[in-house]
Parts: sequence; structure tokens; C-alpha cells
Amino acid sequence: MESYIKGTAMISPQRTFEDKGFPEEVINYTGSDYLGCIEPSYRDYIDPMVARRMSRIVKMGVCAAIRCMKNSNVEMPDAVLAGTGLGCLEDTEKFLGSIFNNAEKLLNPTPFIQSTHNTVAAAIALAIKCHNYNATYTHRGFSFESAIQDALLQLAEKPEANILTGGFDELTVNSYHITKRLGMWKNHPVTSLRLKEYNTRGSLPGEGTAFFMLSGIHGSHDIAALKAMRTFYKPRDHHEIENHLDQLLGEAGVHLHDVSLMMLGVNGDPSTDSMYYRLMSDRCNRLPGAYFKHLCGEYDTASSFALWLSAILLKNQVIPESIGLTGNLPGVLDNIVIYNHLRGSYHAMYLLSRC
Amino acid sequence: MQHKVVVTGIGIISAIGFDTKGVMDSLQAQRSGIGRLSLIDSVYKDEIPVAEIKATNDELLQIADPGITGNYSRTSLLGIIAARQAIAAARIDVSAPGRTGLISATTVGGMDRSEIFYRGYLSGSGKARLRDVVTHDCGDSTEKIADCTGIRDYITTINTACSSSANAIMVGARLIREGKLDRVVAGGTDALTLFTLNGFNSLMILDRNPCRPFDEDRNGLNLGEGSGFLVLESEEFACRENKNVLGVIKGYGNACDAYHQTASSPEGHGACLSMLKALEVAGLAPDAISYINAHGTGTKNNDLSEGVALETVFQAGIPHCSSTKSYTGHTLGAAGGIEAVLSIIALQHQWIYPNLNFARPMNELGFVPVTAFVTGIPVNCIMSNSFGFGGNNSTLIFSRY
Repeated sequence: MESYIKGTAMISPQRTFEDKGFPEEVINYTGSDYLGCIEPSYRDYIDPMVARRMSRIVKMGVCAAIRCMKNSNVEMPDAVLAGTGLGCLEDTEKFLGSIFNNAEKLLNPTPFIQSTHNTVAAAIALAIKCHNYNATYTHRGFSFESAIQDALLQLAEKPEANILTGGFDELTVNSYHITKRLGMWKNHPVTSLRLKEYNTRGSLPGEGTAFFMLSGIHGSHDIAALKAMRTFYKPRDHHEIENHLDQLLGEAGVHLHDVSLMMLGVNGDPSTDSMYYRLMSDRCNRLPGAYFKHLCGEYDTASSFALWLSAILLKNQVIPESIGLTGNLPGVLDNIVIYNHLRGSYHAMYLLSRC
Repeated sequence: MQHKVVVTGIGIISAIGFDTKGVMDSLQAQRSGIGRLSLIDSVYKDEIPVAEIKATNDELLQIADPGITGNYSRTSLLGIIAARQAIAAARIDVSAPGRTGLISATTVGGMDRSEIFYRGYLSGSGKARLRDVVTHDCGDSTEKIADCTGIRDYITTINTACSSSANAIMVGARLIREGKLDRVVAGGTDALTLFTLNGFNSLMILDRNPCRPFDEDRNGLNLGEGSGFLVLESEEFACRENKNVLGVIKGYGNACDAYHQTASSPEGHGACLSMLKALEVAGLAPDAISYINAHGTGTKNNDLSEGVALETVFQAGIPHCSSTKSYTGHTLGAAGGIEAVLSIIALQHQWIYPNLNFARPMNELGFVPVTAFVTGIPVNCIMSNSFGFGGNNSTLIFSRY
């Protein structure tokens, strides 16, 4: 079912929150262990007394959600849906640490209360007094996609609804060190904008919070149309990936040669980036390609950054140099296919079109 | 076209039984699973009762699948056991034509093993083994269930705290209803952990005695662990394969209390909304409900708020109602799944479960839960409530086929 992005808001390691479009200058992180979010000034969005008790990820989530509502001119969404791979890590670690450090005695319950994955979606509902449908998905590289799929289901049931849908993940120093030991990240200094050029194992970690207002009814201020989206788990071979691309396009009646740009989740790890390059060379060899993880880093809900970026490109019809474009773009950007996977297991494809 | 969603299989493991038969025996014998904590090393093991499954992880692995190798959290083992039972009962073949989904729910995922890792990690002793942390995230347990059962078409995990698996069943039903999937294995799993034991203890809502839901003298909840899964199928699919239909997913509702991060509103606003939405989807009047399997945790706050909401929704009188958490403990992300399984069993056998340990009605309400094991009355429609932190409230309605 076709849906429309009415508005969006993105907090990321780039200056994506304050600007209407894509930032003119992107930040090149050199020598950083990971790409951390540039946090906005929360006081315009959250009562400082309330914000004081919130963890960083809850503040980012509530702030991005409220900004998204303002940008969409929607006062009360019909549902609040969130996806997060790892939830509220900071408070989970804090409470876990307190159990061991205090031998289970006299623990402060606040980090426990805020440790559950649904804290962000619940805090949004609380902030705007929204009693409607509210759910949080947490399934690795499908977390954000599951939230979108639920939103699309809601719109199939009620097209005129406005569904506030977001993805968020936060990094902590501990989680960085642990996942680094698991071999997820490069063990040498990285210049972020050159992420895809390193021929070494691992990626560069990042984080982000994105919200979108989706509706089934087309409006004059829509940012982009989400024509199709599909997920697939552990594809057996590259034919299966190509098959999913064909089905994605077929579902929307769009031909491959009408795709203006392929937005790829290349993360600098050659062992899994090969899946993107193979699809491009075998099936999409005449299509322009672009990248986004050198801007936001790798995280479970990184595809939400790609959705934000692609929607902005379609709306503004301006292609920033920093997206690492390969190939020649058509005069007008009509359709963008986003293809992202997490560690080769969780694959997602989106077809996003100009409104 | 909207498809009717039927239940063709159930699977359960809980402190009151390792499978449907074991659970049914305990229910009939009014035998609670609440007792002493024995498998987790906590300073509270002699003080705070829990509904623990008396099997070590090695023993659970043998039940789940002796052939599997790799890193399994207790949460994933419980999930594999219940999901496999449900799939076997429904006789579904995931490689047969049709799209099959797995929607699982959990609140703490692999926390039981993360705790082992973190203890070593924080001590800086170098004793932290990475294999204890790779199962941390909620998606891990679902991925393990998916890989053990071969389900690939649609996989996801929900965490809305204590209403998680009610939402998993609801989303599964919606996906079938809209024709996106043909079959869904839906439910949830959660293991007892130090994290949740200390979390709920820090909130001072753990009863030092077996919980007394809806009793004036109730003093908190008892944590439990377990897993419950349903196999949902579109009616066409189930009929084509000549399945034994156990019940129908008649209605569902999800609403947010939006009152407080942990406390429920005094008037039970979110609870009312989720029950009313479920009745609306089901196309039923309140008096069509034969039995309510309440959320009924045994905390002062929940039971009063839920009780007020029940009186608001069921103005002509609250139907037979009880909380089976007095048997199973509060299994958090698994609670909605476990209580869905108990509801389906109740529909099949025309039973109503007693609310154990009840003595005195709440002063604020005229409402008295069922205190005896009831048989011999028609049980046609069952409402099951699951409410979570963050005001995430969900209601399911099951009916006879």
C-alpha cells in the first residue's frame, strides 16, 4: 500500500535536526571510535523539569517525535510506533551496574523504569497525551522496518490515519567496547567520509533517532511517497536478493530503468558489502548509487537515516556531493531504492518516490 | 477481503508445567508454581517468592532440541520449547505453500546471560566471556526460535513491557486478517533474571508471600518465567488442511494510558480504551464475554485501576473474572502469550480458573473474582488483558469456533 511521508525529523551525527534540507557541510569524523549524535537544544521541545529525569535516548526520541509532528502539522497521531535494536542501553547498563555494585540493596528504580525498550514510545505518548495505539519493535536489523510495516498495516485499515513512526538506537562507551571485542568495528583509526574505501574487517558504529509521519492520503506538502517496502531474512544467494528487488518494483509498477538512484547501506566491511556490489553489478549496473553510513555510522536502525535522507533528496531535488554518488543522475529524481542489510542477515528494501 | 483468524495450536512452558498437559493438571489441582527461587544466586532467594521453572538451562536445552549447538539464553530456550509445541500441535509445515511468520515478544531477552557477562566485565577481572553477551538483545531469542523452526517469511520481536506478547498475537492476527501472512506463530518468552527481580524489588511491588490479585490485602506481584505461543492461521488455510480449530481471535485492542511511566491511571483510562476497542473489533457487547482473564498482577495500583476499568466497561456486571498470575507468577513479556494459551484451554474445556489466594474484596469495588474451579457452564468468549509499563495496554478476545 502506498503511503506518504508528511513530515520528518532526524537527530544524527550530522547537523540534520535544525536544517530544513540536508546540511550543506557534513562532518568528517577522524579518529573517533564512533559517530555520536549532535544533540539539539531540548528546551524548545521538552519541559526542562521533565527532561531532567529523562535519559539521553528518551530526550532524543521525544524531541524528534515532537519536531516531526510540528513539521507535519499533525497535532495528534493515530498511533505511535517505534523500532529499536538495543533499546535504552544507558539505563540498562546503569541498573545492571547498580545491582552488582550495591549487592542488590537500596537500588534506585529510575534506570530500571527507563530501561525497557518501550520507554521512548511511551514517553512520547505521555508528552502529547496520546491514548492511541502504541507499540515498540525490537528485532535487530528489522526493528525500524517492523514499525513501518505496522504503520502500513494501520493505514491499510484506516488510510486517513497519521502514524508517527520512528527508529532509534544509542551507543554507550561500554556497548562500543563490547561490540568491538565481538569484531563488529574496525580496529584502526577511520576517517568517516572514507568509510567504504577501507579494505578491512568491521564497520564504524553510529547512532541516531528518526521520526516520520506517515499517512495513506496524499497531501500537497508531502515530502515523498513510500511506494513499497519489503524485508527478507538470511537470503540463500544473490538471486534471492535480485528477486526481492524485482518484487519491490513490481509491487509499485515501477521499472528498473525508472529508478533514479540506489541508496546503499555499504558500511565498509568488505565481507558483507559484497552483497550490495553484486546486486549493483549484476542487476543494476547502469544505475547511479549513493551511500549513507559514512554519515551516520552503522546501527540496527540505520535504515531510518537512509529513509530520511532519501525523502529529503526527493523533496529538494538537490544532490549533495557528500553522498558519494557514482554514475550519472537523471535530470529529475523520481524514484530511490534503499537497500540495507545488517550483518548480512536482516535485509530491507524501500521504494521511495517523488510526490 | 479480511480473513478470519483461527487458533490451531498452542504451546506453553511455565512454573506450573512443561507442556499443555502439565499445565492443565496444575490448573485443575489448583497447584500454584510460586515458591522459592533456586536457580539464580540472589540475596533475596529466601525472601522473595517466584514462579520458577525447575529446570536448569542444560535441562531446558535437552527438552528444546538436544541437537542444537551455540549460545542460548534461557529466554530463547523457553521460547523454542513453547513455539515447537505449538507448531507440532498445529501440524504446520513451514516449507509448505503459504507465508509463515514468527512474532515473538520479550522484555529482557538474553539478560540472564548478560548478567553473567557484566559481573565479570565490571569487575575488570577479565572473566567476561563474549559468548555470554551475544544473546543480549531481544531479537536474539526470536532469531533462535526462527532458526530452530525454519520460519523465514516474516520475523519480528515486540517489547511493550508486560503487554508484549498480547501485542505479538494482535499483530499476528492483523497480518493474517489483511492477507499479508497465512500463518503466524505468535507469543512471547521471558526468563527470571536478577535484573527484573531487583528492578521490581526497587519499585517495592514484590509481595513477600504468594500474590493475592484483587484482594484488599494484596501486597504486590510475584515474578514468574515461561513462554506461551499460539499458531494463528487464516480460516481458509486451516480449513483447507482440515485443521482442528481450537478457537478464534475475535477481537483485539491496544491503547496507551499516557498517565505515568510506571503507574496506571486511577480511573483505568487506557485499560478501558483497550477493552472497548477489542469489543468493537470483535463486534461484541460486553455481556457476550463469559470470562475475563485479567492482568491482575496483585499490586495495589494495577488491581484497583483494572478493577475500576472493568466496572466502567462492564456496567451491567463484571463477568466471571480471575487472574491466573496466582498460578504462573507475572511472566512479563510472556504473560500475554501464556494467558492466551490458558484462555484457549478454557474455551476448549469450558473451564474457568480460580483466582488463588483471594480472601477479601477491595474496599473501593464491589467486585469479587472467581475463587473456585468452575466447570459445566458455557464459556464462549474470553477476554484477556495485558497491561505494561509506559501505559502500554492491550486486550485480546478469543471465542469458540
